[in-house]
Amino acid sequence: MEWDWEFAGRVLPLLLSGLRVTLIATVLGAGVAAVLGLVFAILRRSPNHWISRPTGFVVEFIRGTPLLVQLYFIFYVLPEIGIRLSPLAAGVLGMGLHYATYASEVYRGGIEAVSRGQWEAAKATNLTTRQAWVHVILPQALPPMIPAMANYLLAMFKETPLLSAITVIEMMGQARSVANSTYRYIEPMTLVGVIFLVISIMSVFGLRWLERRFGGGHR
Amino acid sequence: MGDWPGYLTLIVQGAWVTVKLTVMGSILALLVAFPAGLGRLSRHAPVRWLATAYIEFFRGTSIFVQLFWIYFVLPFAGLSLTPMQAGVTALGLNVGAYAAEVVRGAILAVPREQFEATVALNLTRFQRMRHVILPQALPLMLPTFGNNAIELLKATAIVSLISLSDMTFQAQVVRSQTGSTLIPFLTILLLYFLMSSVISTGVRALERRVTRGLDGVR
Repeated sequence: MEWDWEFAGRVLPLLLSGLRVTLIATVLGAGVAAVLGLVFAILRRSPNHWISRPTGFVVEFIRGTPLLVQLYFIFYVLPEIGIRLSPLAAGVLGMGLHYATYASEVYRGGIEAVSRGQWEAAKATNLTTRQAWVHVILPQALPPMIPAMANYLLAMFKETPLLSAITVIEMMGQARSVANSTYRYIEPMTLVGVIFLVISIMSVFGLRWLERRFGGGHR
Repeated sequence: MGDWPGYLTLIVQGAWVTVKLTVMGSILALLVAFPAGLGRLSRHAPVRWLATAYIEFFRGTSIFVQLFWIYFVLPFAGLSLTPMQAGVTALGLNVGAYAAEVVRGAILAVPREQFEATVALNLTRFQRMRHVILPQALPLMLPTFGNNAIELLKATAIVSLISLSDMTFQAQVVRSQTGSTLIPFLTILLLYFLMSSVISTGVRALERRVTRGLDGVR
């Protein structure tokens, strides 16, 4: 079978409409991951072992099991206990939860990198815990985290094709449905690969810039 | 309903496929990681470009797309692979690209003086790598290799989508036959977690073994 430019031209608009869903899922998933990740990181730092240890186990468990199976779990098991989610919502929740465990490690590293002296100084100047976090710790902890977070954002973007397994029609879902109905795999699959590659390569330049801008401030 | 021993056998058969994929994929990943990682540090520009192209290509597209491409598109180029071969190839080449960056990073992390000393001692390039640089770089690579192996284990789940009967595929079979969702998926989640714990424990033990006698040196 030969490459058919005319067919590729007809498939491309479909894939680009799928790309829109891919991007929406990535952004929403990243939002869930950023918030849940911070929650995990804070709970894991809790001085109460009854909170920190179970959180640690949950984080390790989610990180040690495949995203695809977690997506199936959310998509098939939750409706049985009465929680009905649209495929996209299930996908966003699954991806967000999975990447929250990675994000929580980044938060933890960033928070621990703020030197003890900063905590002591905050205490010495009589700041409340909240003030210490908002005005002293987080402004120093967050910027160095940005490159690592962006890295995981990119990783998550590349995992969105898994959502097609729970019937979200994102880019890969479009490609698979075109391929299944026309029996032509070569154009849709190659185009999806090319689109991913183009976006990833552009993002790598963005990442390098972020690293120069925010990373290595401590070096 | 009711044939639980039968369903459990299915899942165990799937687990065996998952283990085989993980082991063979990891071996392939290691086999490509070293040439690619060293290639990126080569003094010959074409070798560097080739290694960089391989690494960026496999890191830039998702494993899912690579697997589908290898399984569905390569046959048109006259290269038909069984699902198992396609799975091992995609997993090995994908994770190999990430591991190649680990190899490169670890070699660059060996202090410059070590390179200078080998030059001063007139070692050949091969002797330098074999006796001085790699023995120091390997312990630095191990922890990240362990993480890579766990990522590979997790990525094996996607081969179920090209109808290879791994653990995830078998859980879907059980789900469609029994209508029960919680039990099959919870079972395989626990099994996956068990496998990744085995990998991380194994790597930690290996790490202790390789760094034996290095206390106080680093």
